[in-house]
This record gives sequence, C-alpha cells and structure tokens, in this order.
Amino acid sequence: MIGEWLDIGWLNEIPVRGSRTVPVQGGEEIAVFRTSDDKLFALANRCPHKGGPLSQGIIHGHSVACPLHNWTIALATGEAQGEDKGCTPTIPVKVDGGRVLICRASALKAAA
Amino acid sequence: MDFQDYRNGEASPAAGAPSSRTSSDPREHLVVVGNGMAGCRAIEELLARDAGRYRITIFGAEPHVNYNRIMLSPVLAGEKTFDEIVINDRQWYADNDIDLIVDDPVVAIDRDGKTVTSRAGLTLPYDRLLIATGSDPFVIPVPGKDLPGVISFRDMKDVDTMLAAAADGGSAVVIGGGLLGLEAAHGLSLRGMKVTVIHLMSTLMERQLDEAAGWLLKTALESRGQTILTGADTAEIYGDGTVEGVRLKDGRDIPASLVVMAVGIRPATGLARDAGLDVGRGIKVDDHMVTSDPHVLAVGECVEHDGNVYGLVAPLWDMCRSLADGLTGRTNPYRGSVTSTKLKVSGIDVFSAGDFSGSGTGCEDIVLRDASRGIYKRLILQDDRIVGAVLYGDTADGNWYFDLLRKGENVADLRDGLIFGQAFAAGGGQADPKAAVAALSDDAEICGCNGVSKGQVVSCIAKGAHSLDAVRAGCKASASCGSCTGLVENLLALTLGDDVQTGPKTMCKCTSFTHDDVRKAIVERGFKEMPQIMQEMSWSTPDGCSSCRPALNYYLLCAWPGEYQDDQQSRFVNERLHANIQKDGTYSVVPRMWGGLTNPRELRAIADVVEKYNAPMVKVTGGQRLDIFGIKKEDLPAVWADLNAAGMVSGHAYGKALRTVKTCVGSEWCRFGTQDSTGLGVKLERMSWGSWMPHKFKIAVSGCPRNCAEATIKDFGVVCVDSGYELHIGGNGGIHLRGTDLLCKVASEQEALDYCAAFIQLYREEARYLERTAPWVERVGVDYVKRRIVEDEVGREALRSRFLFSQSFSQDDPWAQRAGGAEREQHAHMAQFRPISVEEMA
Ligand code: SRM
Ligand SMILES: Cc1cc2nc3c(=O)[nH]c(=O)nc-3n(C[C@H](O)[C@H](O)[C@H](O)COP(=O)(O)OP(=O)(O)OC[C@H]3O[C@@H](n4cnc5c(N)ncnc54)[C@H](O)[C@@H]3O)c2cc1C
Ligand code: SF4
Ligand code: FES
Repeated sequence: MIGEWLDIGWLNEIPVRGSRTVPVQGGEEIAVFRTSDDKLFALANRCPHKGGPLSQGIIHGHSVACPLHNWTIALATGEAQGEDKGCTPTIPVKVDGGRVLICRASALKAAA
Repeated sequence: MDFQDYRNGEASPAAGAPSSRTSSDPREHLVVVGNGMAGCRAIEELLARDAGRYRITIFGAEPHVNYNRIMLSPVLAGEKTFDEIVINDRQWYADNDIDLIVDDPVVAIDRDGKTVTSRAGLTLPYDRLLIATGSDPFVIPVPGKDLPGVISFRDMKDVDTMLAAAADGGSAVVIGGGLLGLEAAHGLSLRGMKVTVIHLMSTLMERQLDEAAGWLLKTALESRGQTILTGADTAEIYGDGTVEGVRLKDGRDIPASLVVMAVGIRPATGLARDAGLDVGRGIKVDDHMVTSDPHVLAVGECVEHDGNVYGLVAPLWDMCRSLADGLTGRTNPYRGSVTSTKLKVSGIDVFSAGDFSGSGTGCEDIVLRDASRGIYKRLILQDDRIVGAVLYGDTADGNWYFDLLRKGENVADLRDGLIFGQAFAAGGGQADPKAAVAALSDDAEICGCNGVSKGQVVSCIAKGAHSLDAVRAGCKASASCGSCTGLVENLLALTLGDDVQTGPKTMCKCTSFTHDDVRKAIVERGFKEMPQIMQEMSWSTPDGCSSCRPALNYYLLCAWPGEYQDDQQSRFVNERLHANIQKDGTYSVVPRMWGGLTNPRELRAIADVVEKYNAPMVKVTGGQRLDIFGIKKEDLPAVWADLNAAGMVSGHAYGKALRTVKTCVGSEWCRFGTQDSTGLGVKLERMSWGSWMPHKFKIAVSGCPRNCAEATIKDFGVVCVDSGYELHIGGNGGIHLRGTDLLCKVASEQEALDYCAAFIQLYREEARYLERTAPWVERVGVDYVKRRIVEDEVGREALRSRFLFSQSFSQDDPWAQRAGGAEREQHAHMAQFRPISVEEMA
C-alpha cells in the first residue's frame, strides 16, 4: 500500500533558514523550508505574484521573501503578507526520527 | 564638548566669582548644595515659574556640569558618551545667570550666620539654602574594603575607574545584584571583563522582581557570559596593596582586579546633621520640601518625606514641582510617589512597579508566560485595582499599567484582556499603538528618565517640534535611554498626522537604529555575529528580515575580514547561487573577461557551454563581456567547471561587488591613446575583483579625454592624459545619471592603483548597504573624500592596506569552489517524487 506520508530525506539536509526542493513528476515543484526555530513548512515552489521560486528567497521568522520582487509569503498559510494579495498551496510536513515526511495526497493535489 | 575641559580647564573652583556680585543685588540669594539631578531640576522648575526672582549659586562636589546620573550605565556600556548625557551645559548656567562652583563641596553650614563654607574656604551668605546632596553608596564593612580597586558606582569618576580597569582586561567582581550592580556588571562585561556578580539574596533584584522574573533575568545574564552567584555572602576582599580577589563566607575565592560595591545607598545627610537640622533616615522635609529650618530646603535622595526615602528619579520630578511652587508663593503639596523601575541592560527588558509580593489581603495574580518568546508578565490586583506589576521580556505596556496603578483606577471591566496589554484590552485585540497613546491621560509619564508627561510632549510638538529630534531637544522626552521612543513617535503621528518629519531612517522595521548606528556598534562594541547584534541592539524580530540580514552580513564581513563566517542564508539569491536569477527561475552566467579582453580559448569554451547546455541566448553585455542565459540551478556547477577549465572565473555580475572594468584600446593601438588604458584596466580588475561592497561597483579606464570607456559615469573612472592619470569618482549611468567628480590627478599607474584601493575601502567602510558611490559621495561631499584620500597620505595608505588585507580572503573563485562540490545542496533537489498512477497500481 502507498503510505500517507512520503519520506523525502534527513532533516539536516535542509539548512537552517534555508530550503530544499522536491520536483513532482507531471506536477508542481515543492519547496520545503526550515526556519531558525527549527520548524518545517512546505509550499508549492511558486510565488502567487509571478511564479518566482520561493525556495530561493530569504527566510526570516516564519516568512520567505520572494527572490523576484520581494513579496513576503507566510510559510504557514502560503498567504502573501501586507498589501499584496495571493496564496500559494501548502503541503503538510512533519519530522519523524530525523526524517522529513510530506503529505502524499497534498503533494499530488498541488501537482494537479 | 568634552568633560575633560571642565576638569582641567575652565573648571577652576571659583569660576564665576560669585562673591564679586555684591550685596547691591537686591534679590534674595538662593544657594544650592549639590549640582546633581534634583538640585538642578529644582532650579529649572523655579526658572520656569519666575526666572528673575532669586540670585542663584550652585555648589557641586563633582568637577562636572549637571549630567544625567542614570545614564552612567549606558556610558559604561559604551552606548553613550559623557557629552550625550549632559543635561545642562555651561551655557545654560550663563544664560540663566547662575554662578556655578564645581569640584568644591560645601563642608559646613552656619544657620545662625546664614552662610555656607566650601572645602576651598569660600564662605557665602544665603537667604535660602537648598540641600540636594543625593546619596552615598553603602560600603559593606568587610576587611579589604579600602583597598585600591574597590569602588562604588555613583558618579563619572567611578565610570572612569571602571573603564581604566576594563582596558587592562581581567576579571571583575560586582557585589550586589540589584539594579545598579547588574548595570555595572553588564557594562564591564561588554567592555571585555570576565564578570562575577555576588548577591546575598536568592533572587536578583529581589526588591523589584519576583522569583520567576528574577530567574529569567539570571538565566539571560548567564547566557551572556556573566557568572551569577546568589545566596553568596562576602567575607573579605583580599590583596596585597591592591585588590586581588573576593573571598566568600563559604570559603570560595574569586580572583578580581576590580571590585564594584553596589549593595545600596544611604541619603547623604552628614552636612545637615552637623548643622543641627532634623534628620531621620533622611533630612526631614514637609510637603514643600522645607526642613526643620524655614530658610533651609532639601530635595532629592537626601530627604525623608512622610517617613519615606527614595532612590529613583521619578519622585524627584514631583518633589521639585512642589518645591518650586513653594518658593514662588504657591501651594502644591507633595504627597509622596509610587515608583516603577526599568533595568537598562540592552536586550533585556525588565519592568516592575508597586507591590509585587502579593501578600496583602485579597490580592490576586494574573500571570502570562510565553516561554518560547521568553516573556513573563504578572499583575497583582487588589479590590479590582492594580497594585503591582512585573514584566519581563515585553515591557511595552509598563507605562499603561503604571498609570492605572498610580491613579488607582478600577479595572474590573478590563480584567479579561488586561494581561495582554492596552491595545488588546481596549478592544478587538488589534494592536493600534496610536490608539494606545491617544488613550493615555495627559499626566501619564512618557519619559521616565527625564520626567516628561504626555501633556508636555504634546505641547512641545504644538510649539513646533515636528520631528523626533526636535522633541528630544525641546522637552528631553526620549533623549536619554530611548526606551520611550516608540511612544514619542506615536504622539508625533497622532498630533501631526502626515506632517511628521522623519529623522534618520532606521535600518528596517526590525530595529530603531540606523545603518550608521549599527555599523558603529559593530566596530566599537566588537559585535562579531548576527544574533549578537540582534540581541544587543534589541531587534524586534527573531532573526531579522530580508532587508537587514544582507546588510548585517555585509557589515560584519567588512569589519572582520578573514574572521567572520559569511552567512549564505542572509544573501539574496543571486549572491547565494553566484548567478543572476531570471524571470523564469533560470539563471544567467557571466564569466569575467579581464578589462574586456578575451581570446579564442575563452570564446570557444563559452560557445561549447552554450551548445552543451542548450542556452537559449548569449549576448554581449553593456559591461564588455558575454552573458549566457537560461541555465538551470542544477546545471550551474557543471557550467562553471567547464568555464573554469578554460581559465575563466566568476564575473560577479550578480553581486554587490566589483562588476566590470571597462577599457578602451589605449596607447597600444589607438592613434590618440596617451597611456596603456587596457593594461591599467586589467591591473585594476585583478586587484579589486571578488571584494564585497555596499552595492555594485564599476570601473573604467579611457586612454584619452575622448573617453570611449565612459569613465566619467563610473564609480571609479580613470581618464589617461599625457602627464598622467585623472581619477574620477561617484559617477553613475543608471537610474539617475550622474557625472563623476574629479578626485585628483596622479603621475603613475601605481598611484592610480593605490588611490583606487583606498577609495574602494573608504566606500566599503562608510557607505550604507545598498548605497552606490554616487549618492554616497553626494551625502558626504566630495571634499570629504578628497580629505581622506588625497590630503591624508597616512590615512590613504592605511585604507589601501586594509583593502588588500581583506582581499587576501576574498579572491577565491566562488565558481571553482562550487564546481568542486562545495554547498552541493544549493544546486540539487532534496528528492524527486514520481507518483504512481492508480492504473499502474492496479
Ligand atoms: C547584463 C546587463 C545588460 C546587458 O545585457 O548589457 C545588465 C543586466 C542587469 N542589470 Fe544593469 N546590466 C548591465 C549593465 C549595466 C550598465 C552599463 C555598464 O555597466 O556600463 C548600467 C549603467 C551604469 C551604472 O551602473 O552606473 C546598468 C545599470 C543598472 C541598474 C541601475 C543602477 C543604478 O545605480 O542606478 C540596475 C538596478 C540596480 O542595480 O538596482 C541594474 C540591474 C541589472 C540587473 C541585475 C537587473 C536585475 O536585478 O535582475 C540585470 C541582470 C540581468 C542578468 O540576469 O544578467 N543595472 N547596468 C549588463 C551587465 C554588465 C556586466 O557585464 O556585468
Ligand atoms: C549608575 C546609576 C544608574 C541609575 N539608574 C536609574 C534609573 O534607571 N532610574 C532611576 O529612576 N534612577 C536611577 N538611578 C538613581 C538616580 O540617579 C538618582 O535617584 C538621582 O540621581 C538622585 O538625584 P539627587 O539630585 O538626589 O542626587 P545626585 O544626582 O547624586 O546629586 C547629588 C549631587 O550633590 C553632590 N554633593 C554631595 N554632597 C555635596 C556637598 N557637600 N557639596 C556640594 N555638592 C555635593 C554630589 O556630588 C552629586 O553630584 C541611577 C543611579 C546610578 C548611580
Ligand atoms: S579613448 Fe581615446 S585613445 Fe582610446 S579609443 Fe577612445 S579615442 Fe582612442
Ligand atoms: S514573483 Fe514573487 S514577488 Fe514577484
């Protein structure tokens, strides 16, 4: 059977205040973020503005600044902050025994 | 103004020669003993009511003008200079016709003859006498207390002693873990000493804090490297001729070259007692600060009013108002004060007010803890009124709670939201700081350091102070410790709407400091890591933002070459991936072509890369080199490896760094060329490539004044002429076209290189992050740059060698490192997900 959660690697493969990507075949790339307080978040790697790769932004607090035009996106909700409007899909993510797991169903949905 | 002046120069004891202004002055003579906070404030209040009424003479035991004693802590910590804490300078005394006699304490009062006599032997008659002698530090009577190196923390002299001791390094012991002791310990540890605090009680600041807050404070101080010993009793201070250490009663020895005793203060009442005035714990005064002798008044920490003595400034402001009213024939009785305290240790917010022991009958507690943010708040209520408050970690609402406490307001209606602060309690939970200050009453205290109420700030703004600086100058609010700056800014916004003139811009929303403040602190306070800056300078966010992080990373890199570890996560994507991100998320790659020169090998390698990686476009840039477009982040290391193999390195087309050195053909080929502009361009580029800067930096060298390389719109431009090289600075061909300023003319290539290095370093050290040379030169003035680079030969050489030193760490090709496998995760996916479709599963 296919499990609920997909194992994508070790937590320490993601730098603190950094991000790694997981391409989904036939679908949309996922960006997994690790914040300074060691929380994990996963979003579609696509800015709601003009599709900038959020994984390449500067991560601060629980937000990421898009590398293209500096929109700030909340990692927990995928929502653009401040005056800007737009939202990027989020994917549930968790750590178990040092391994990072993302929700399979949501990864597929984001891909669809 | 330098305080040394007062000490050695004009500060002769009899400055102002008061006795020469004779009895022909018909006014009553008011003599003040004590040139401290209360004495001078009393005079300010008096002058505000009736400026000409009294002839005034002030005696001060210290060699200084009136300064803000509470700011000695920031001076010790290196956050302020003495000049910045002067309250009234010499001009104020002169303007108000006050005779000031410094460095000469009054030693006797003759109440029958109505005279005072100073240590230097000066005897002056008085009609009214005001005693404002403050307190004496309490010295615990242990063996060794008189050894050199044992001091207290009360005046500028003590600070000077501490600074001198800190300059020699070593260890210090602070006896006493109260407000004063902890501020002394903090300052000494910032100045590089190894500090141990010895505290008799089991919690720090037990008079102001409850156990929980005391513990948080202890942990925070320990994490900053101080050793805190609670429940520790001093047996003796030992040393042969000078302090060598402290021995505790339990036998422990703590070596130290400096011991600061900060165990408490006692009202300075000796003079009054000798004069036969009624003295209890302090000099006894009535509600208008009059002592047992109707001609003698007393104010400040030296007095006892209604059985109470005080050790904080807030009561002084109230006392001084009643005193001045009394002296000008008005009635305004002083009724005692409730006090609140803040600890002035940057980055640690502690507030306490009223009674926190919670022992009174019918007291109840409301407590909020937020461990992850290090916040602890406790309110003590009695009969629906706040009687005490302890705030740790978030003290923003201190003023509001204190205001409710002082007024004895009934808070039954607010109770549910009370602990979350004013904005929340006022409704909605939506924090509107402007609404919060609007709700404060007129007499609510805004600035605790200078005793300024909301009403006073508002009237100062109404009188024309339309900026933070103007308010600071006008009524002193926020001019001292700065913790009320936010409140003052909100009052400005509230009162003026859009007319507020903003001061120097803060770095970003995470801090109230400017770029310049932060840079200065990095160098002067020796900050070496980003979290340290954020902690010490009270960043309001946990890890900064996308504006301040890159700036801090650059400032640290510039200040500590070779030492600071670059933080990749604080760099904009281009600088992290060493390529320029494009709108489709691919990257462009620009290899360096030294001085615009290339050769078949390089061109062939570029052609190969374009084909091998299917780059959709290759183009000649405006900076005389080739740009390969459309490379995926995964392919970058391989592309670089191929380019490296042909001898090419990163062109930094993506960096706040040296970009290109544009050249023309010059004397080698051109019929007008005067010098080898191409050759000089290559040398300049070899010298300066790889260096990180506040913004991008472009250089050009033209072989004659026809200027084919457009050198006069570059950050640094060289125009060759027959007799040498004209050096130009601060040009920009970008958004705002700006022609260069001529820096100077030099005769040799070597000088052109040296001046260029010095100029780049000056720019690196002094411009703000993201400020190009053009706006920077306009801001500081081309004359300033000339002074530093052209006129100051020694300074120029120092700048040049600092630049070359820093370059010795930055001329590693980042492409080669990556191609060699460094930071591979930047370029690789973490995993791939290939979903199996339902059909496949079946
Ligand atoms: C590639 C190039 C255009 C070209 O195809 O010729 C270029 C491309 C970009 N320029 Fe430029 N500039 C290029 C020469 C110039 C020049 C001409 C020059 O250097 O002689 C100028 C005017 C001269 C000057 O800087 O004073 C120039 C003035 C700017 C500015 C305005 C700077 C200013 O201070 O006003 C920006 C915006 C900025 O930096 O904030 C900019 C920004 C950019 C950026 C980085 C925009 C961005 O943020 O993505 C472009 C990156 C494209 C890429 O991915 O490679 N570019 N840009 C040129 C690269 C030169 C090189 O070899 O490194
Ligand atoms: C390091 C430090 C930090 C502090 N921080 C805070 C704080 O954060 N908040 C707060 O509310 N309070 C603080 N205080 C306390 C505050 O400084 C005092 O409450 C205040 O200075 C008292 O004012 P005063 O005029 O009574 O005494 P002082 O300011 O001490 O003035 C008395 C002056 O009289 C002079 N003098 C004494 N005898 C004679 C004489 N015989 N002839 C002539 N001159 C004489 C003394 O030299 C002194 O200059 C701090 C104190 C110190 C030392
Ligand atoms: S700068 Fe002068 S010498 Fe050089 S190419 Fe232009 S005209 Fe010729
Ligand atoms: S694409 Fe993200 S801000 Fe424009």
